Amino acid sequence: MEEHRDDIGSRMGMWIFIFTEILLFGGLFLVYAIFRAKYSAEFHSAAYELNTFLGAFNTVILLISSMTVAMSITAVQKGDKKLALILLGITILMALTFLVNKYFEWGHKVHMGIYPGSDLLKQFEQGELMFFGLYYFMTGLHVFHIIVGMIILLVVMYKVNSGTINADKFVLLENGGLYWHLVDLIWIFLFPLLYLIT
Amino acid sequence: MENESKQLNYLEDTQGRKGIWAWILSTDHKRIGILYLISIAVFFVVGGLLGGLMRAELIAPGETIMDPQTYNGIFTVHGIIMIFLVVIPGLGAVFGNFFLPIMIGAKDVMFPKLNLFSWWIYIVGAVLAICSQFAGDGAPDTGWTFYAPYSTESGTNVIFAVFAAFVLGFSSILTGLNFIVTIHRMRAPGMSWFRMPLFPWSLYATAWIQVLATPIVGITLLMIVAERLFQIGFFDPNLGGDPILYQHLFWIYSHPAVYIMILPAMGVITEIIPTFCKKAVFGYKAIALSSLAIAGVGYFVWGHHMYTSGMSGTARWFFSFLTFIVAIPSAIKVFNWVSTMYKGSIDVRTPFLYALSFIFLFMIGGLTGLVLGSLASDVHVHDTAFVVAHFHYIIFGGMGFAFFAGIHYWYPKMFGIMYNEGKANIAWMIIFVGFNVLYFPLFVIGMQGMPRRYFDYLPEFQTGHVISSIGALILLVGIFMMIWNLFRARKNGTIAEANPWGGVTLEWQLQSPPTLYNFDEIPTITGDPYNYK
Repeated sequence: MEEHRDDIGSRMGMWIFIFTEILLFGGLFLVYAIFRAKYSAEFHSAAYELNTFLGAFNTVILLISSMTVAMSITAVQKGDKKLALILLGITILMALTFLVNKYFEWGHKVHMGIYPGSDLLKQFEQGELMFFGLYYFMTGLHVFHIIVGMIILLVVMYKVNSGTINADKFVLLENGGLYWHLVDLIWIFLFPLLYLIT
Repeated sequence: MENESKQLNYLEDTQGRKGIWAWILSTDHKRIGILYLISIAVFFVVGGLLGGLMRAELIAPGETIMDPQTYNGIFTVHGIIMIFLVVIPGLGAVFGNFFLPIMIGAKDVMFPKLNLFSWWIYIVGAVLAICSQFAGDGAPDTGWTFYAPYSTESGTNVIFAVFAAFVLGFSSILTGLNFIVTIHRMRAPGMSWFRMPLFPWSLYATAWIQVLATPIVGITLLMIVAERLFQIGFFDPNLGGDPILYQHLFWIYSHPAVYIMILPAMGVITEIIPTFCKKAVFGYKAIALSSLAIAGVGYFVWGHHMYTSGMSGTARWFFSFLTFIVAIPSAIKVFNWVSTMYKGSIDVRTPFLYALSFIFLFMIGGLTGLVLGSLASDVHVHDTAFVVAHFHYIIFGGMGFAFFAGIHYWYPKMFGIMYNEGKANIAWMIIFVGFNVLYFPLFVIGMQGMPRRYFDYLPEFQTGHVISSIGALILLVGIFMMIWNLFRARKNGTIAEANPWGGVTLEWQLQSPPTLYNFDEIPTITGDPYNYK
């Protein structure tokens, strides 16, 4: 039987998957809201420990990477394979940069003794404890999504290169891009909720 | 549509794969349905036997055949297996996979590879669940609800079990996603929404719950893992957390999850009743839309599990009110089934017997649900055997009996052979009697104050427990007889005709068993799905 092809259906499937991801983080945002309401003063003081510059820098990186992935779709639509590959490459590079920044951010905090279960943290107020718990949990889950997104983009890149994704058939690239935008979007919410509440 | 000369059916057409590979690598929705059928049947038997062990322990006060810790492990494992491995995938994964594409006139689901992938994830989850029983520090003893703070402190192997539930949730999400897109995009030409049969309608409503509710429990279970591994105290008051928050998050998923269990069951019953009454279903649109109503309102009733765990009065009456509201669409369905029978030309066959007993048991389960849904009476029977009886009437009497009805209804279509109907009817009788003898006494002793999940009890509850345990024995005999009868039909069953019951939905117009791609030519739909002349 010939391969059944339905681009609208594929895109619909991806959107529904994105709903589930948003609800997954939605549960966390709910928990955040509850504890923020309960411990607003402690959240305020604990947020001073976060490096707003690095956070802002990572936001810019993700925004640019969302742009490049969107541009790569246009490039494929126009049949410019080389440009599409370059743009996807830049996106993945951006994602790597994000991870490196995150590594230094976390490394610095762990070095100072601020991590769940540490002796130093046990002397903190309960609300501050909760803030750092949420910080590690939310950014950790987000980093996991970044890594998954990078793998998806690598697969897509491979398929653009082999010609499976081309100007006639690019729904896979679109779906990969949608996933990347989701990863970006979640960060857009994480950044102010964690870094900018000082 | 059926050709004179039979074509190769899906059981014969292995697409060039050999032996077991023809099954576990096949993306054919019918083979995947059978894979789920076998996996679920195995876990159902295991879970049932564990339940039998619990009943054996409870036959007399004090220690009878096992120590308390073993008992705690067994009721937890019974719950995890039955809920996450049997009833949540249950009807949707077996009959949904097999018949959804056929009933809407499609050759397969929208994403066949994803479909196979979700079965594989299911198996990974199942393996994890089994590992949790043996690996590490003993079987989890938290109950299937994993309530914090005990689940974050218990020395047993909770992480494995919680992670298994997380993985199984992922499988459920992918199945739901697949069904939604399939129903939106792959209905045969002419099949408008209101010409779609009602089993697909119920799967559609279910799929939305699977997609929108499951992620919440996913993240909640991850928080349990984080609390155990990294001491992030979301639910631990010593670390600033809140154990009641866990209950909220858990029930935000797990209450809608009971509609994941029951909605496809209602869909199966809605297919069976018109076929055996030879009459178009009464109130087609009301049944279709009530599925969506149940899915929608069912989202906002989770608080009724928590009346006694600390909530404001306003929240409690609100949840109670919505609980009563959600009973209405369920009642609409019952009225419609009964009205369909009115003046129908009723043919009492095995699937119809199961469908009738479904209505009976579902009514008992549903009405006792209202006793639990109203604030004052719930406080009296909360966490007693009454609750156990209620949800077994709904889940086993509802979903379980609908599953038995479905397998007897579609068996000739799935395998092309007919089982011995006389023996099937006897098995039905034994199961029906055994079920009621098992669970009805629990209502009574629950009212009198027998707590659930207790290993020991006061002597005055013994009569009820003994009757209940006898019922368990009868039920097990009936179930094994039913399974044996179906299994044996492979050897000595008669060849089934394409349409043994005189059904009118699309699956009955195909040969039995169907060919690999179901339809040679996609049919064009010109009328209502239940068009009996």
